[in-house]
Amino acid sequence: MFLEIRNLRKSYPDGWALSGVSFTAEEGEVTCLLGPSGCGKTTLLRLIAGLETPEDGQVWVNGEDVTALPPHRRGFGLMFQEYALFPHKDVFGNVAFGLRMLGWERAAIRQRVREVLERVGLAGFEHRDVSQLSGGERQRVALARSLAPQPRLLLLDEPLGALDRTLRERLLEELPAILKRVGVTTITVTHDQEEAFAIADRLVVLHEGRIVQQGTPEAVYRCPASPWVAQFLGLTNLLEAWVVGDGRVETALGKLQAGDAHGATGQAVHLLIRPEAARPDENGPNGLRGTVTDVSFRGGFRRLTVRHASGIELALDFPASVPLPDPGEPLAFSLSPAALTVLPGDDPSSLTDRPGR
Amino acid sequence: MWFTTWQAALSTLLTVLVGLPGAYVFARYVFPGKPLLEALFTVPFVLPTVVVAVAFTALLGPRGWLNLALMDLLGLARPPLELQGTLTAILLAHVFYNAVLVVRMVGTQWANLDPALVEAARMLGANRWRAFREVTLPLLGPSLGAAALLTFVFCFTSFGVVLILGGGRYATLEVEIYYRTVYLPNLPLAATLALVQILFTFALMTVYTRLQTRLAVPQSLRPRRVTQRRPRALAEWALLTVSLLPLALLLLAPLGALLERSLTVGDGGLAAYRALFSDPGGSLFYVPPLAAVRNSLLFALATTGLALALGLPAATAIAGRGRERAPLSRLLDPLFMLPLGTSAVTLGLGYIIALDEPPLNLRTSPLLIVLAHTLVALPFVVRAVLPALRSIQPALRETAAVLGASPWRVWQEVDLPIIGRAVAVGAVFAFTISMGEFGATSLLARPEFPTIPIAIYRFLGQPGLSNYGQALAMSALLMLVCALGFVGIERFRGEF
Repeated sequence: MFLEIRNLRKSYPDGWALSGVSFTAEEGEVTCLLGPSGCGKTTLLRLIAGLETPEDGQVWVNGEDVTALPPHRRGFGLMFQEYALFPHKDVFGNVAFGLRMLGWERAAIRQRVREVLERVGLAGFEHRDVSQLSGGERQRVALARSLAPQPRLLLLDEPLGALDRTLRERLLEELPAILKRVGVTTITVTHDQEEAFAIADRLVVLHEGRIVQQGTPEAVYRCPASPWVAQFLGLTNLLEAWVVGDGRVETALGKLQAGDAHGATGQAVHLLIRPEAARPDENGPNGLRGTVTDVSFRGGFRRLTVRHASGIELALDFPASVPLPDPGEPLAFSLSPAALTVLPGDDPSSLTDRPGR
Repeated sequence: MWFTTWQAALSTLLTVLVGLPGAYVFARYVFPGKPLLEALFTVPFVLPTVVVAVAFTALLGPRGWLNLALMDLLGLARPPLELQGTLTAILLAHVFYNAVLVVRMVGTQWANLDPALVEAARMLGANRWRAFREVTLPLLGPSLGAAALLTFVFCFTSFGVVLILGGGRYATLEVEIYYRTVYLPNLPLAATLALVQILFTFALMTVYTRLQTRLAVPQSLRPRRVTQRRPRALAEWALLTVSLLPLALLLLAPLGALLERSLTVGDGGLAAYRALFSDPGGSLFYVPPLAAVRNSLLFALATTGLALALGLPAATAIAGRGRERAPLSRLLDPLFMLPLGTSAVTLGLGYIIALDEPPLNLRTSPLLIVLAHTLVALPFVVRAVLPALRSIQPALRETAAVLGASPWRVWQEVDLPIIGRAVAVGAVFAFTISMGEFGATSLLARPEFPTIPIAIYRFLGQPGLSNYGQALAMSALLMLVCALGFVGIERFRGEF
């Protein structure tokens, strides 16, 4: 295992804490720490970087305990949320900084800076003043600066947080490509699940200073560990349910067939209906009827808000190609059992604890 | 000339070395007693030279605290340290006077420096020292330069300290001018020396102001609540103590010695203070202490107001808008520094000559004192505010303008709140300078408006232990009034 975080603990005088966090990462893997603001993800990143000292636990890299090493001897790269570019240096001076600290020759530095700038798409920007760069350019300079000394571990704090939407979407594609090409082991921090899904090989979901789930983005999306995780991922169709056996659960919508319904009969659980579960005809398992209350066009699909007779509203995605009723009209549909997931019926109060505060 | 330059350079270096750790600690940490300590550190700046000389004698003289303690400790019969009349004494006094310039001016900018910049350097492999040298120091450049320049100029034109503590063995230009005027009359030589001094300082200011504009980089300032916190770990408390201790010893020990002397001189206890309030001889020179305090306070407040009213527009004009600078500001900038390079006595004379004839006859008006003080205080206000103004990102002003704010509103809504902290520092200096100003006041003050330094001087000018005691008591009073004034001004601090 290349990176191993063992039981890191940190508390602050105001009562806030990061309590015993452990996870691992393979070499070359991109791990994303995902959670709402205040969940402790930035603190965790700073602990790994060595900018904060943990009260307990260790950081192991490549079989070496680096917990006691000061940040400048860890050989990590960290890209700050607002980049922290040195305002008194130009682009070259910023990118060359880490190489100078390593004591490289001038010519080698110049060569490497040119290489890295090329890699992030800023060839020829060496002598620009950093105060005159656009947001996207600043982000790339910051990335180039942390990549230049070839860090063994790259840490990114909300790498796309300060960018506008168009730029974000472009960089959402470019950033993973750059990271893969460089092949650097990366830990990135974000509160945005879309960003996490696009960048990460593995997700670590944090809530109130604890890890609540880890796994591949797909596994986490498919099977959130708790209603809180589901809601945080933007999955809002959550119903209280009871296991009735035969892979079926009882809900306010009636008895529904769920792909992986397990547990003892009568057990209280939650049923997660992912938006892509919807099929535009009522023949098939889980046929239902409702009234369309809202339609929003999302490019390749339409998202409909459908109210069931029980008063429950579901957000469902339908292909944009099929004809669909307008708001106010009735709709017959069915739900694909494969896209229905049964979650443990944990503390219902966490359902009201909505993420993104 | 050579001595003048190198002692000033050495004093400046020492002052910066002593002041920087203090600036760092004040900039990054919040701790109990901080405002009080800040106020106390500023007190030395206002003390008239005579008083500083007395304080240093009380501390370092043959019968001073330090020697008595060493004799006691080592069982010596004679005082082991002979500091009076040495270069060490002069340097110590210069650091004592000017350390607060570094602590205040650099500390203000440091407090708003984004900590992420240093952390970024650390992550890129720079150790603490390297990160400080490559990132912190260049970014503090403008305010460090300002503080160092002011210190240098003060030490360059130093008069009282060198004359009294130097014991006649050392002479700066200013002292030489004094000798050539009073003891070995050679007026042409004195005038030439004075001119050389003024030209030298002006040249220095010009070079410096050019450099300053090149050093300033727009950076995103951070509010103090982000950059400052209470020290947490034991190591941080230790750092705090180690950084502040030399500064505190150097700045507070002479003050303490002065205070102690004022309580033990003559009959001891509060005798000197009681004597201050009585006028046994019905002396012509008697100054009621409360009247002196009142006069000093009124002058100081008026000076602060006027210096801010003139200094803020001046600084705004010099800072210019964005990158392009009006050619006017290149001339204005060093010009505003000129009063510093001219001795206070010369300033006073200048005022008397310029303003004693109709249509504007202010010769007998107390307003003249305010004007003279303002002139001396103006460079401080401008220097304190300029670095903050220059570091405001142009986009902030442009945003406000696009949102419909007139230039005046922009200044009011954007510039002023951001530089509020620096303005407070400028105000402290203006207040301080007015409180302690002696040279110009002694020439301009009418007998009916004596200030505290004038009163001290009158007491010292008369023989007898009782008068000496009263001078000490009055000095203690000056310290107290100033400390209270600082605490008052500190209350107006902004978020930045």
